[in-house]
Amino acid sequence: MAIATTAEPTRRDMLFIATGAAAAVAVSSVAWPLISQMNPDASTIAAGAPIDVDLKAIPEGGIVTVKWRGKPIFVRHRTKKEIDEAAKAPLAGMPDPQADSARVQKPEWLVVIGVCTHLGCIPLGTAGSRGEYDGWFCPCHGSVYDTSGRIRKGPAPKNLEVPAYAFATDTKLTIG
Amino acid sequence: MSGPSTFVPKSALGRWFESRLPLGGLIHSSFIVYPTPRNLNYWWTFGGILSFMLVAQIVTGIVLAMHYTPHVDYAFLSVEHIMRDVNWGWLIRYAHANGASMFFVAVYIHMFRGLYYGSYKAPREILWILGVIIYLLMMATGFMGYVLPWGQMSFWGATVITNLFSAIPLVGDAITTWLWGGYSVDNPTLNRFFSLHFLLPFMIAGVVVLHVWALHVVGQNNPDGIEVKNTERDTLSFTPYATGKDSFALVCFMIFYAWFVFYTPNFLGHADNYIEANPLSTPAHIVPEWYYLPFYAILRAVPSKLGGVTLMFSAIVVLAFLPWLDTSRVRSAKYRPMYKVFFWAFVAACIGLGYLGAQPPEGGYVIAARLLTVYYFGFFIIIMPLLGLFETPKPLPASIADAVLGKGGLAAAQH
Ligand code: HEM
Ligand code: FES
Repeated sequence: MAIATTAEPTRRDMLFIATGAAAAVAVSSVAWPLISQMNPDASTIAAGAPIDVDLKAIPEGGIVTVKWRGKPIFVRHRTKKEIDEAAKAPLAGMPDPQADSARVQKPEWLVVIGVCTHLGCIPLGTAGSRGEYDGWFCPCHGSVYDTSGRIRKGPAPKNLEVPAYAFATDTKLTIG
Repeated sequence: MSGPSTFVPKSALGRWFESRLPLGGLIHSSFIVYPTPRNLNYWWTFGGILSFMLVAQIVTGIVLAMHYTPHVDYAFLSVEHIMRDVNWGWLIRYAHANGASMFFVAVYIHMFRGLYYGSYKAPREILWILGVIIYLLMMATGFMGYVLPWGQMSFWGATVITNLFSAIPLVGDAITTWLWGGYSVDNPTLNRFFSLHFLLPFMIAGVVVLHVWALHVVGQNNPDGIEVKNTERDTLSFTPYATGKDSFALVCFMIFYAWFVFYTPNFLGHADNYIEANPLSTPAHIVPEWYYLPFYAILRAVPSKLGGVTLMFSAIVVLAFLPWLDTSRVRSAKYRPMYKVFFWAFVAACIGLGYLGAQPPEGGYVIAARLLTVYYFGFFIIIMPLLGLFETPKPLPASIADAVLGKGGLAAAQH
């Protein structure tokens, strides 16, 4: 008699399936904590709380770099000329087209995360090394950003990211 | 090729042990009487050199770990402490840092050897793929080790490389955050890299065991690329022949290694790594360690982020498909006049890419990198499959013994 041809499930089949199911649950419930522990922990998240920046200290034409969540944030007090350049640049042909007005809350203040969207270097923004669009130039692989922090040339795929921020008062900016 | 062991220990205690755990028999059959083709040249000594380098890295690494502190505030200082305060710390650290480079010198020679003599072809596909896995693990280990001293190149190298994963559509950013354990490369990243840098070499050791096992099942390839037909005539026992040759080559290699450690220990490193990591200032030129440069050049040759990252990883993955891309029935380049030319052009292309990886990504350098990238992939995907169809190989010798001893030497080989 070939047992394998029995149509009725046997007690052994039942145990087999139950054990398999229990093992699957056990493996996934152990795997999850092991994977999840690699994500940012509570203290890292707490240290990433919002920060304040005093805008009085930034003259027109100046850029101040503050550190938030381990990354530089560029706060740029744009000049009239820089605002005009950003507003008038034709969107057609930009790798990541976005109007300047969608990237700022007040035209004179540009706030962006100072991390090149290519592979994470910090673009240069001191006078003389800003690149041909007067914004930022990334020395790592040559990405060029404009006065709105938009990518104009080079391998970076996206514009410099705009973090969440708010003007707490006219002279105090809260990032985060 | 290695049959059941006929090893019988001399002492009664040895026989008692052997009948309970046949360790002696395993060593005897694998490293004493194991038959090696009698025509092996010095390019076959790098496997032994690699095994030695792995042990050297593990020994020096464990000692370094006794004095090193994986914390962003202390890592850089603890490496300086190793260099200045720890007895012989400078020697151990230089041996480890240069040892990584020597490890890669040896692995590249070992891999080009395989490429030249067709060692990846049937029945050695699994053996070859295990080698590619070891190479990948070595790259990961070297990368994470370089982050540990927490200098400027450590930090920015880690930033650029971990950001490669952000190119993955949809889940890229989540993966990058997960790798970092934060919002950027920071203390959690350094900590986990230390843990993994400690672990991976032992995983490499595990894959090396599989690699050698696979080797001992199919037997070694040889410069003529023909199979052993008669063990008596075509092979010599591992000891003393291979052991002797391997040891001599190892001593020569050690002189080369020692020269770096004692005379120019920082030649292969980058001066910026003696500046402590500063997350707010990127060095003017980020250059990875020399052994990654060809891949870095491929990454930068492509004007798109996802494209560059994909091509860079493909450059390594393509190696695993080699056994099926090469359509020629002849293994050794010795008998493949056209392949030989393309092979040396490929070596030149790899060196050229390595040079370009260290140059700024502008103008002519980028164009040259693009041309060489095209050749790199063309070699594997176009030349290899087509050559098997168009090339007329030279006639192969009838046997290994014929190849080495000539027809007249046959009698001599008969002992
Ligand atoms: C596959 C083998 C290994 C490779 C390729 C490798 C590679 C490296 C490299 C490139 C560095 C940076 C050296 C520098 O510039 O200072 C490094 C550092 C380090 N490695 Fe390894 N390593 C290996 C095995 C190990 C093992 C097994 C351990 C510990 C058990 C270890 C512990 C360390 C420590 C503590 C450092 C930091 C100190 C320093 O920078 O000199 N390594 N490793
Ligand atoms: S990281 Fe900025 S261009 Fe590559």
